[in-house]
Amino acid sequence: MKTWLNKGEHWVWYSAAAAAASVVLVFGLLLMIAFRGLSHFWPHAVYEFQIQPTPSAQIQLVQGEIHNTRMRETRDPENPGFVLREPQILIKTGNRDLYSFDFRWVDQAHIVGQTWNKAQGISVIERYASGNMYGYIQSFKNNQLELTERDQVFKAINAAIREGDKIRSKIRHLEKSVIGGINHDLQTLRYDQRKLEMRDRLTPAIEAEFEAKRQAMHDQFGVLQLQLDGYYKELRALGTVTVRVGDDRDVEVNVSQFVRFWQPNEMHLGNKLSSFFSSVGSFLTDDPRESNTEGGVFPAIVGTLTMVIMMTLFVMPMGVIAAIYMREYAKEGKLLRLIRISINNLAGVPSIVFGIFGLGFFVYVLGYSVDQMFYSHALPNPTFGTPGLLWASLTMALLTLPVVIVATDEGLSRIPRALREGGLALGATKAEVIMRIVLPMTTPAIMTGLILAVARAAGEVAPLMLVGVVKLVTELPVNANAPFIHLDQKFMHLGFHIYDVGFQSPNVEAAQPLVYATSLLLVVLIVSLNLAAIVIRNRLREKYKSLDN
Amino acid sequence: MSEQTKQGLHDTLNGPKTKKRLAIRRFKDHAAKYGISVGGVSIIFAVFLIMFFLMYVVLPIFTPATIEKRVEMQVPGGMDTKTLHYALDDHREAGVRITDTGRIIGFSTENADVMLDKTLPIQNSRITSFTLINEAENEFAFGFADGRVLIGKISFRISYPNNQRLVLPVIEWPYGEEGKQIINEPIEQLAVRERETAMMIVVQAAGSNVLHVQTFRKRSSFLSDEVQLDLDERTQFTTESHVDHMLLGGLMRDLVLVSHDGQAYYYSLANMSQPELLQKVRVILPGETLTSVRFLNGNTSMMFGTDTGRVVQWFPVRDKNNDFALQEIRSFQRDSHPVISMGMEATRKGFAVGDAQGGFHLYYSTSHRHLRSVDVANEPLSFVRFAPRSNGAIVETASGRLISYDIDNPHPEVSFGSLWNKVWYEGYSEPTHTWQSSSGNDDFEFKFSLTPLTFGTIKAALYSMLFAVPIAIFAAIYTAFFMDKRTRQWVKPSVELIEALPTVILGFLAGLWLAPYVESNLPAFFAIIIVVPLGILLFGYGWSRMPDKIRLMIPVGRRVVLMIPVVAFLGWLSMAMSDPLQYMFFQGDMRTWLTETAGITYDQRNAMIIGFAMGFALIPTIFSVAEDAIYSVPNYLVNGSYALGASGWQTLKGVVLPTASPGIFSAIMLGFGRGVGETMIVLMASGNTPLMDINLFEGMRTLSANLAVEMGETEVDSTHYRVLFLAGLVLFMFTFFFNTVAEVVRQRMRRKYGQL
Repeated sequence: MKTWLNKGEHWVWYSAAAAAASVVLVFGLLLMIAFRGLSHFWPHAVYEFQIQPTPSAQIQLVQGEIHNTRMRETRDPENPGFVLREPQILIKTGNRDLYSFDFRWVDQAHIVGQTWNKAQGISVIERYASGNMYGYIQSFKNNQLELTERDQVFKAINAAIREGDKIRSKIRHLEKSVIGGINHDLQTLRYDQRKLEMRDRLTPAIEAEFEAKRQAMHDQFGVLQLQLDGYYKELRALGTVTVRVGDDRDVEVNVSQFVRFWQPNEMHLGNKLSSFFSSVGSFLTDDPRESNTEGGVFPAIVGTLTMVIMMTLFVMPMGVIAAIYMREYAKEGKLLRLIRISINNLAGVPSIVFGIFGLGFFVYVLGYSVDQMFYSHALPNPTFGTPGLLWASLTMALLTLPVVIVATDEGLSRIPRALREGGLALGATKAEVIMRIVLPMTTPAIMTGLILAVARAAGEVAPLMLVGVVKLVTELPVNANAPFIHLDQKFMHLGFHIYDVGFQSPNVEAAQPLVYATSLLLVVLIVSLNLAAIVIRNRLREKYKSLDN
Repeated sequence: MSEQTKQGLHDTLNGPKTKKRLAIRRFKDHAAKYGISVGGVSIIFAVFLIMFFLMYVVLPIFTPATIEKRVEMQVPGGMDTKTLHYALDDHREAGVRITDTGRIIGFSTENADVMLDKTLPIQNSRITSFTLINEAENEFAFGFADGRVLIGKISFRISYPNNQRLVLPVIEWPYGEEGKQIINEPIEQLAVRERETAMMIVVQAAGSNVLHVQTFRKRSSFLSDEVQLDLDERTQFTTESHVDHMLLGGLMRDLVLVSHDGQAYYYSLANMSQPELLQKVRVILPGETLTSVRFLNGNTSMMFGTDTGRVVQWFPVRDKNNDFALQEIRSFQRDSHPVISMGMEATRKGFAVGDAQGGFHLYYSTSHRHLRSVDVANEPLSFVRFAPRSNGAIVETASGRLISYDIDNPHPEVSFGSLWNKVWYEGYSEPTHTWQSSSGNDDFEFKFSLTPLTFGTIKAALYSMLFAVPIAIFAAIYTAFFMDKRTRQWVKPSVELIEALPTVILGFLAGLWLAPYVESNLPAFFAIIIVVPLGILLFGYGWSRMPDKIRLMIPVGRRVVLMIPVVAFLGWLSMAMSDPLQYMFFQGDMRTWLTETAGITYDQRNAMIIGFAMGFALIPTIFSVAEDAIYSVPNYLVNGSYALGASGWQTLKGVVLPTASPGIFSAIMLGFGRGVGETMIVLMASGNTPLMDINLFEGMRTLSANLAVEMGETEVDSTHYRVLFLAGLVLFMFTFFFNTVAEVVRQRMRRKYGQL
């Protein structure tokens, strides 16, 4: 053993273990996120427990999904200073509107007979408000009919849900597109009037004209409002369902509240899979509900994508031009060294510093001036003098600039000299060589840089919190109103969504599964972007290897 | 080619069209050159823009105040009566002067036009004393020879006739025009304080040592606007000697009596029925005489001005036994001219001093700053009064001139000293480093100490380095030196993948999953330190004893694959040991044991959590650079060492590591730089309390998390805003330093490899 230690063999083992530990940590983490994120969508079995907290107490019926277990720690009454541990399970009981909580910890010792029975025939109802409902569906009734036979009831509810979806999509169209459009027009009208007023060109005739237009819009608005009310009435008339929850308590729920419902304990694998995928689908395409703790993340996806695309538009020319300058034009010397140090430092500056720079410079200095010059008609309401999409994209562009420069620079350095000289020898100017020969060949490298920049921007939260991300938006930054992309608007972001729901929401326990799901989405997005970048880079290397020979 | 074609070609090539095309091409080439050069150089510009912008925002904090004279006029009402108080409106357009004969004169501060001239409603008795109840609200009280106290208040009504602002002073007597009978003798000393529902009046009768204390409950009357005062409690006690100044604290608890020579008696009125003399102390140096005594805004700090030009700040301090005692906090002195008058800012802790030689000095108490002095006149300044928004002051000279000044003093609250050194804040028992930036009311003393935040930043970074450096460096050594090419191809990108993981996810997991998990399995995380190294050692030795057939199945270069299950198993083993360990050593729960038996504070989100979570995030940064450095050590050095009979590890230790050490150093620097700036993980998993404690089980607040928390809420261009930018600048400087050092070291190393 002594010679073994003297040779330093143990250190080799330690170093191998350190490498292994890093790998274990990475994959362990990814697996955990994947598992927890995906299990959010899986239809879990619902159990029914008989709970008796004390031997004399009445037996309570509790139905719900088992979400967690833990050891409850209590002081040992007979052994002061010592702590006793009791196993507990966390049951998601749902029915928040009835119990005012979603989850409850139950001592395993309190379960009568220690039997964990799956609740036969129970339904899980995902609702638009107040979270999930767990209970036995008894009957369905609407204006025309009343059903109690189970299969018929389910069929009728499904039909009503489908009908409800149709009405909802009409409502959404009306609210978002039509009424949103009118609001937009009203705002434009007000600004036009204000502009004229500021130039002292507002005559009573013009004012009357504006007033007439405004009145017309208000009238239109009234008509639409009526139509909307009609839709809501239709929605409410779809029918009501009687659900038996907990200890034989019957509750009436309007079908318009139903998002979906399913019977997890009667599903076979195929059913579960289809339910799983439909959950994933609605997570990706739905709006958030219940202050972000339920529903989907669609606006956050749109917000992240819009910001990232805008950022790409800014960072690509800046990064590519800077890299071309360094590789093709600058002479080796002090200036170039200074530039390299600058890039290096830009890459090392903490992201939050970019955030305060963005807020202080872009928003309060540039935005303020822009408002003074072009949007004075909207003051004192700031247009660009407040955090928004444009400033967020610019800040992120600055943040990711070094990534693009370094990748492009590396790409440029791999292009054989012979190609450039060949071009020059045929009489092309330097600019032509760069534009026609060098740049097209560097495109994959630029792509790599951009992908990495996008991945970085999609995952960065700290600076965005200051320059334009909010927890909830009523309107997407891209919509049907001209100019379609609203650079002054605030937006939602997947990373901030995680922070906000995980830490700022009132019901963290209930929101956790959703946060894991969002995390998974973000990780998948970013890891696949990074893998794509790696693949492109490797292909690129192979290509130039063959060029060199 | 025929002559004709040749000629044609020649013509075409030299024709005007071609020339034009060439010119365009040349122009484009030039344009591209200059355009791209400008673009390239603008990178430097961007970095400098960030730095200079941060500095530009920060700089006004440290610039001194400016004081400019606005108007000079005659004191309205003349100098045959003494001024007791001046009131000014928010816009500094109107003022009110109260004199010791009870005249109340409202005037325009632009041209001394008198707008109001009134006398007190009590005319049948002589005024014997005066006190301010609430300086910001211009509420005051007169004491009379017949023992009555009259409370008045000056306010300003703003109207806009013809779209022009007009400010008119108004005098009100909120508790009636008859006054309140307190004693039946002349009131020589008077002090009044009020709360929303209560009022306290303390008086001393002329020529006696007896103090009368009375508290009243306020009762609004249904019939009129007047508020009735109902006597609640009364008491009286005899003091040791006659006093010249009486100071009643804002909490109606502290009563300080001071004589001309600075002898102070500190009474507690906490128990009304039994006032208690807590302390007898001299508040100024022997030989000095008190010339002016005032409360600082908030009515906690007492400012004593002396004939030697000193102003000494005292306030009550609570000691370990919960007893209060007056404590000298700091003193201010510019020159040796006697202090004649002092004026206090209404919403901050600043004050101004008028001296006997006409000097006007502007100070700030918390930051202990002298901001500016001006010479007003060659005579004593008999009265100094700040404008409500601290943007101006009026100064009255002994000969009856009233001079109005514009003061630009936006950021007196911080100084270099108050940002980094300990400061004794009001209500604190000792000087502390404190960060507390949110204010509840106007009396609030802002506590801008960057020290706890910087400390937290470094603490977080250090604890995470403790976790990250060993793993990252060892992993880098193995990956670069021992690992075979095929394994390296997937291990390296896997580790570097951590860099891409959004830190918000790591923060979320650390705060919501790891922190509670660690809390209930605490011993496991200490077991890891012993179990894992020991287990690896045993496993390694055991492996070397294995028969060759098994041993040679896995070469050194692929040991990492072998170690993955081993490490996972050892980790699991440590976790499984948690409960047995808790029962064996910690009475069932280590966390409870820590707080109750060992007396160590335990926060759920603490430095240990940050160490794991942020350490994990730092691994790829350090790993990647260190790995590159080791990998690029020239091969012939390694081969030479092997040829001389050294083992793998001996070669590494003797040849590779010394050569690569600058690279490893720069890797650590870069890691530290990144740890300093990381925001989301610390924001979500550190608890965000600005503590100054190295304790592993307590949280911290870092500069970056502080920016994320407070930046969005602060008002633009306020002192808080600028101090936050200063925090950003400090972060920038930190990372600038670490990155530059790392880069310079790395460049040197590259040159050295070049020579090798």
